[in-house]
Amino acid sequence: MIRTASRSVLRTFGIALVSAVFAGAAAAGEPIKIGFSMALTGGLAGAGKAALIGMEIWRDDVNKKGGILGRQVEFVYYDDATNPATVPGIYTKLLDVDKVDLVVSSYGTNEIAPAMPIVMRKKLVFPSLFGLAVNDEFKYDRYFGIMPAGPEPKLDWSRGFFQLAAEQNPKPKTVAIIAADAEFALNAAAGARANAKAGGFKIVYDKTFPPTTTDYTPIVRAIEATKADIIYVASYPPQSVGIVKAAHEVGLKAKMLGGCMVGLQFAAIQQNLGPLMNGIINYDFWVPEPTLNFPGIEEFLKKYQAAAAKDKGVDPLGHYLPPYAYAYLQVYQQAIEATKTLDQGKIAAYMHKATFDTVVGKVKFAKNGEWATSRVLQIQFRDVQPNNLEQFAGPGKRIVLYPKAWKSGDIAYPYKQ
Amino acid sequence: MDLFVNAIVAGILLGAFYASVSVGLSITFGQLDIVNIAHPAFIVVGSYIAWILNSSFGLDPVLGGIIVAPLFFVAGVLIYRIYYAAFERTGQESLSGLAFFFGVMFIIEVVLILVYGVDYRLVTADYLGKNIDLGFVGLPLRLVVPFVVASLMTGGVWLYLSRTFTGRAILAVAQDRLALQLMGADPVRVKQLAFGLAIATTAIAGSLLIIIGPVEPSLGRAYIGRAFAIVVLGGMGSIPGMVIAALLIGVLESFVSSFAGPSWAPAVAFGALLLTLAVRPSGLFGRA
Repeated sequence: MIRTASRSVLRTFGIALVSAVFAGAAAAGEPIKIGFSMALTGGLAGAGKAALIGMEIWRDDVNKKGGILGRQVEFVYYDDATNPATVPGIYTKLLDVDKVDLVVSSYGTNEIAPAMPIVMRKKLVFPSLFGLAVNDEFKYDRYFGIMPAGPEPKLDWSRGFFQLAAEQNPKPKTVAIIAADAEFALNAAAGARANAKAGGFKIVYDKTFPPTTTDYTPIVRAIEATKADIIYVASYPPQSVGIVKAAHEVGLKAKMLGGCMVGLQFAAIQQNLGPLMNGIINYDFWVPEPTLNFPGIEEFLKKYQAAAAKDKGVDPLGHYLPPYAYAYLQVYQQAIEATKTLDQGKIAAYMHKATFDTVVGKVKFAKNGEWATSRVLQIQFRDVQPNNLEQFAGPGKRIVLYPKAWKSGDIAYPYKQ
Repeated sequence: MDLFVNAIVAGILLGAFYASVSVGLSITFGQLDIVNIAHPAFIVVGSYIAWILNSSFGLDPVLGGIIVAPLFFVAGVLIYRIYYAAFERTGQESLSGLAFFFGVMFIIEVVLILVYGVDYRLVTADYLGKNIDLGFVGLPLRLVVPFVVASLMTGGVWLYLSRTFTGRAILAVAQDRLALQLMGADPVRVKQLAFGLAIATTAIAGSLLIIIGPVEPSLGRAYIGRAFAIVVLGGMGSIPGMVIAALLIGVLESFVSSFAGPSWAPAVAFGALLLTLAVRPSGLFGRA
């Protein structure tokens, strides 16, 4: 009787064991599907395509090493055409039709925010790429922003710019703030306004402009008429180019110019503007200065630049966004491997407490999902020569002025054209 | 005072550029009654060709635009033939024709993305970054060159339409197609010639666009509303009216940007459009 019972137990155990082994084998055989939308056409497509290259390099690196938890990684993604209205539909499809295991964000604030309600409803971990203060409104505890904006993104974004201004002797007194009518730029301008007031600066010009503006000389002249000591600009690439050119044409006499000009990080624009950028102090996230030589960054950039050379029309150097596109997947990977599960709650809990080693340095998150410590660089363009892309590949052209921990040189003040 | 004069001057320079963007549309939309929503997309193609010739052969962008204008003319003729055969001949041009040009616009954007990628494109020329200083008035050559070229092109188109036999035939086909047919002229040939001319202007307007600022494949969308508004404000099909409307929009935008705040510029410009249409429904120079 006992023998019969033992046989029955053994048989049951054996069947369970075989089932478990086969189930495990099936799970190991199935790839982990990561879903996302990406701006592959439209205004942000230049950055979106560069980000995708960075992400694909990560996927290939991971798969070469055997995948995550023994499973290969597969991407399922759709072009959001830089149109926020397409994003909710894409994430609904990814989750309900494509049945992806994990999701990550598109690039940029305007494309990340529309995905939040869907991701939150499914209680998914949401690593996001370059969203400025997206979680300020949602306060989602599984949101993790990969952008070194810091725990107070709006303020941290421009803190360094105004701190540098405050350190000058004599201290500049007046500030002009000009921003594009778009969520990201408006957020940046709001932070600049707060930092200017906190720093004791008098705001003498504070206006926004439509992103479709063709000519910026009237705007720059209006700012010049206020005789502002420092000018904080929050703009997207075509506007940044227009403002830099107009500043040069008008002969702007401000002592500091820059702040949050998107586009001055892109190789094509750097090459075209050349010496017109000299003296401008602008945000950046990574530049090839010796203080920012993180483990793995050089190897990553080599792979990126080789891939970008084959893909027409993406940033050939890839200093700005691609390393972070690689890093936000590295963070997710490290969290999954540490928790040995795809359980979103466990991964989120781990991501809140751990420090991650990435190609953009060590990453630790604050409670609100932003970086625990801000690392928005304030760099100054120096000695830039005309029509020469190669000069930006090495150090010396974009000097890191702030934060002090990453500083590679001193400020050249006042701004001279 | 400095700011006031500079705002007016910048507005005039900008307005002339807007006229170059709108002159072709004034022909297609204003005179031929073809809602060519892809017009700004053709301008972007012109910009890309100017960029290719500039970056590969060092050719001046404006010269590049002028050189390829005949090719644009041929492309315009062919596109009109397709449009005519598919829609106009069967009387389906109103809605289907609009959808056709929407399709053309998207195809142009996608082809540009696939072939040249999505990065911003810029040109170089010796005069870019230089200024003409007239006392307290500064004239950036980045805007002066487009002003001069746009004025010559728009003036040339106006002279062609008003002084030549074929030009008058184009104006005639806009007014009374049947009467033109009774006079022995072929309205379809006249319209294809006019459409070709309109598309040819986009090659030059495109070269001016890329001189002013960076260009990417979807930039044309930003000019759809502005170009159509200028044509309507000027009085459908009137080239002098279109020029005055373009200058008015340019000066208003510049003026508002200088004194009220740049964000108000489109609202004031389009407000002026609405106000004008309320008083003169046919536009500034339109026939009532």
